[in-house]
Amino acid sequence: MKARVIVTPKPVVNDPQGATVGQGLRALGFPEVRGVRMGKFIELDLDLSEVAGANARVEEMCRRLLANHVIEDYRFEIEAPPGP
Amino acid sequence: MKFGVVVFPGTWSDKDFGWVIDRVLGQELRYLWHKDPDLHGVDCVVIPGGFAHGDYLRCGAIARFSPVMESVRSFADRGGLVWGSCNGFQILCESGLLPGALLPNEGSRFICEWTHLVCERTDLAFTRQFQDRPVVRLPISHGQGNYFADPATLSRLEQAGQVVFRYSDAEGRVEARSNPNGSVHNIAGLVNARGNVLGMMPHPERCAEAELGGEDGRSMFQSLIEWGLEVLTA
Repeated sequence: MKARVIVTPKPVVNDPQGATVGQGLRALGFPEVRGVRMGKFIELDLDLSEVAGANARVEEMCRRLLANHVIEDYRFEIEAPPGP
Repeated sequence: MKFGVVVFPGTWSDKDFGWVIDRVLGQELRYLWHKDPDLHGVDCVVIPGGFAHGDYLRCGAIARFSPVMESVRSFADRGGLVWGSCNGFQILCESGLLPGALLPNEGSRFICEWTHLVCERTDLAFTRQFQDRPVVRLPISHGQGNYFADPATLSRLEQAGQVVFRYSDAEGRVEARSNPNGSVHNIAGLVNARGNVLGMMPHPERCAEAELGGEDGRSMFQSLIEWGLEVLTA
């Protein structure tokens, strides 16, 4: 099954990359862009069959490596394997 | 004094540290390949700058899983001296040996320039030669040196006096103007509570000879050597 993890900078953390992209968008003629926050998208291919078990494993992966809790938040979704 | 310089794939300041330790100061030098957990009896572990493991995911995030880091952690727990500069500071934060994290520089630019620093802890093995030196001058060279810690951690660090270096101007004034990268409280370097693990963004190994434009970096190596003579041979 697949898991999709999204890691974003915490709201209190400055995001110079996002700010720069925001400037670029406004310069290109998108004045409606009020803010940009940039993070990471991580797709995992897991050799697991139980969604509940996968949730716990991915949670642990996020905590221990994929996100740095000092500066980042994360969320993820598990794509259940197609039924029989 | 026997120095061990850790080398990850992507480390780039290892040879500069090695040059100062071995050729400039005539100390014992051992390079420590990241896959080898043996620290070979060194007295001080140096984690140099660079882009360990390509800085993939986050700066220092992968390096902390290298076999050598497990040994560095227990070495630090026993009171061993660990000195991280630039990427080495990032690795120490990712490893949890120092609190906080290094974010992309305010302004998004890679900065390579001389900085002035106030050294607030001259009682450490790393900095004792900075006593009576209100301001020192060391270069920085990084894209992600913007130190961040949450307010609670920050006030704990400040109260415990763990901030070692702050960016200042030539007169030692710590102001927003003298902050090159957006670090909170102008923090350029800090030490753990016990005083044996130091992380700093500036590069002491790049200013240990007059030919390179400055020698303040050399004082840090000499502090360690002096400390070694007192403590290790005592």
